[in-house]
Amino acid sequence: MSIIFDHVTHKYEAGTTMEKPALKDINLVINDGEFIGLIGHTGSGKSTLIQHMNGLLKPTEGTVYVDGEDICGKGYSLKSLRSRVGLVFQYPEHQLFESSVLLDVEFGPKNMGLTQLEIQYRAFEALKSVGIGDDLIDASPFELSGGQKRRVAIAGVLAMKPKVLILDEPTAGLDPAGRDEILGLIRRIHEESGITVILVSHSMEDVANYVDRIIVMNDAKVVLEGPPKTVFANCDALESIGLSVPQVTRISADLKNLGLPVRPDSITIEEAADELAALYKRLH
Amino acid sequence: MIKTKDLSFDYIRRDEEGNVESITRALDEVNISVKPGDFVAVLGANGSGKSTFAKHLDAILMPTEGSVYVNGMPTTDEDKLLDIRRTAGMVFQNPDNQIIGTIVEDDVGFGPENLGIPTEEIWERVDKALDRVGMTKYRCDSPNKLSGGQKQRVAIAGIMAMKPKCIILDEPTAMLDPVGRREVIKTAKELNEKEGVTVILITHYMEEVIEADRVIVMDAGKVVLEGTPRQIFSRVEQLKSFRLDVPQVTALAFELNKRGIPLPPGILTVKEFEEEYIKALSALEGDA
Repeated sequence: MSIIFDHVTHKYEAGTTMEKPALKDINLVINDGEFIGLIGHTGSGKSTLIQHMNGLLKPTEGTVYVDGEDICGKGYSLKSLRSRVGLVFQYPEHQLFESSVLLDVEFGPKNMGLTQLEIQYRAFEALKSVGIGDDLIDASPFELSGGQKRRVAIAGVLAMKPKVLILDEPTAGLDPAGRDEILGLIRRIHEESGITVILVSHSMEDVANYVDRIIVMNDAKVVLEGPPKTVFANCDALESIGLSVPQVTRISADLKNLGLPVRPDSITIEEAADELAALYKRLH
Repeated sequence: MIKTKDLSFDYIRRDEEGNVESITRALDEVNISVKPGDFVAVLGANGSGKSTFAKHLDAILMPTEGSVYVNGMPTTDEDKLLDIRRTAGMVFQNPDNQIIGTIVEDDVGFGPENLGIPTEEIWERVDKALDRVGMTKYRCDSPNKLSGGQKQRVAIAGIMAMKPKCIILDEPTAMLDPVGRREVIKTAKELNEKEGVTVILITHYMEEVIEADRVIVMDAGKVVLEGTPRQIFSRVEQLKSFRLDVPQVTALAFELNKRGIPLPPGILTVKEFEEEYIKALSALEGDA
């Protein structure tokens, strides 16, 4: 399912003295099955952008097409769009409300008017895919740990079988091991189901290992876009807008600048270690 | 400044009749001593007990066993409660939960006002506190127009205006972006260096503890490691077993070390890594 932004501008409180542009002339194509990292600091327009993808916000100017259809067109069903484009908000565990884990995950599919059998099937399947075992399905969501709660909240969106899964800062507040678990889980869901995934993050290091393409936003515009290596090649440009490249990328770029024969574009610890170890051994 | 002796704490769950359902030991015989002027970081995974620990230092929680002393005062002494909270101020995780004033300067003045300080002195303290955290420019703004990092700095100013000897920051950056995180850590570091305020920083972000004089690592309610950042970060594999991590550059140096390249353990910054790597390379050329 492709998403196209065609000259999209969004202004909060448009037409008033408080008018504030949050998106300025965005042109973007998100292809079926891509794994995208959307990066930018607070206030750069990331959240405004993703809320256009399932019609929570409407463009002030321009058009958003999902599967070729204008989502603001007459008679377009936003309800059906929202079950196809699933949005996991920041701190999604704050939205858990049912008395048991299973009921909470069933809430989404229930509102889609499916049969009870299908609802249950989807809930079980979604819980299994996020690694919540049968021993927890009758527990109150409030008894779970932070990481477990977050996985239940993600399952609640997965149970609607979206074609596009958008996650806003899914690792915020988790410890390093919890962060790796959630990112690994998202990667597995992407690989197994082939759905489009859009991961919103502050952290370059988090997305470097996982995504196919990075979109960098600053001041309501898309400023850089491409595979991680291409984007990180712009170390200085990224740092000038307050974003940092992974430390290993900084190191390989610096060493290259000092005249050492190393590739300047390592983005993971393994890549950088291979490169630097090889250089050391060559000189040995 | 702060001392805990065999501090243990149980979270006790009771059913509707008040019978004990389960007991979770959140802190297990914690012995810590923090000297005046120290910058100490407490590192631990989610559920390691670090926030429970922080809440004991400000007498929000009372020990199940053992004791906590703030500037020599036991936290169980109710008569000393106000003194303790005046000595040790606390900044919490969520900036939106701790700001109450409708404009920045009112919010900062709220603490000293409650201490019964004369109005003139309150304003002096507000001026100074806002200056210290670099927020003077925003003193007449509404806090809800500020970024997360700026709100946390206002919260820190609110604590500073009460002139505490010690500030406890309980995951102050968990909800902030990288720019906000740097602002808050820099502010804490400056207060420590310039004002001599004792700082206890609770966090699970590895990059934030590099600046600390001493790092205390907690796991399952116990203190499992204690030392300088360099000592702590040279234990890459042990930290991973506590669900923690090391900065990327430390992990890279560790990996290269395993492959036989002589780099010292516990490298903390990009600059340090580059220097050490080039040193290792040129040592080679010298041999040849």
